[in-house]
Amino acid sequence: MSEETKYDGHFAVEGGNFRNAGQVSSRIKNILKDLGCDSDMVRRAAIVTYEAEINIVSYARKGLIHLRAKPDSVRIEISDEGPGIADIELAMQEGYSTASPIVREMGFGAGMGLANMKRFSDNFSITSRVNEGTQVVMQIDQVH
Amino acid sequence: MTLREVKEILDADIIVGEDQLDKEVQTAFSADLMSDVLAFATAGSLLLTGVTNPQVVRTSEILDIAAIIMVRGKRPSQETAQLALELRIPILSTKYILFETSGRLHARGIVGCIVKVGDRSDVRRDKV
Ligand SMILES: Nc1ncnc2c1ncn2[C@@H]1O[C@H](COP(=O)(O)OP(=O)(O)O)[C@@H](O)[C@H]1O
Ligand SMILES: [Mg+2]
Repeated sequence: MSEETKYDGHFAVEGGNFRNAGQVSSRIKNILKDLGCDSDMVRRAAIVTYEAEINIVSYARKGLIHLRAKPDSVRIEISDEGPGIADIELAMQEGYSTASPIVREMGFGAGMGLANMKRFSDNFSITSRVNEGTQVVMQIDQVH
Repeated sequence: MTLREVKEILDADIIVGEDQLDKEVQTAFSADLMSDVLAFATAGSLLLTGVTNPQVVRTSEILDIAAIIMVRGKRPSQETAQLALELRIPILSTKYILFETSGRLHARGIVGCIVKVGDRSDVRRDKV
């Protein structure tokens, strides 16, 4: 842990647990708020984490969210065990979705999640292996 | 305007948040897709929606939505109402359709939380 790190922690997310979907993101938002992070940074971090959490719940078996907060940036690393994504370029396109009816009932499955994660991050990267899992790394910087 | 005035304009029932009717609101966003809400809604706005499951409350919590207005006579599931109670997010239910609900509020001065997408006013930097 670097000296300037204000928070460093992991959160487990269970695939298929629609009932609790969003709980971890809500916790992360409150942690960042309590740390006194910039409000716009908290908001964007909460949005991208929430979309990522919904994806773990919707598509993967299980996942882990690693949150690291520094005074002027937040880094969120997502890794899951699951089907992975065969064509990342396709998955990133707004409107592309393989979401099940239950995901759509929740108001998700419009194929905007990954695009939203990228949109609200200052740095976004995604890697995936089919039948293994997916990793997403996002960084949110404070706007001065 | 206050939530109390919103309730009157929409002839709405308060399902959760009877104690928060003095809350002030100026902006709103209407959608049934939570990813659209996440992309475009701003803190302190009203969320007009036909979605009644707990995810609408989670989404509102993440964004600091001022209150949820369920349209077309929709009512929250018990689980949704319970979560809203816990997170202190008011839920109102109106029989008006989404178009009428939006129009009636707009006519009384509530404006869209963003006007158009794509002109960078949609990448909000507003306060939590
Ligand atoms: N963690 C993941 N594991 C496997 N597939 C995923 C994952 N995240 C996204 N996908 C795939 O990419 C598609 C697009 O994801 P996203 O942009 O979040 O939109 P949506 O979830 O609304 O479909 C999903 O429908 C799914 O096929
Ligand atoms: Mg998604």
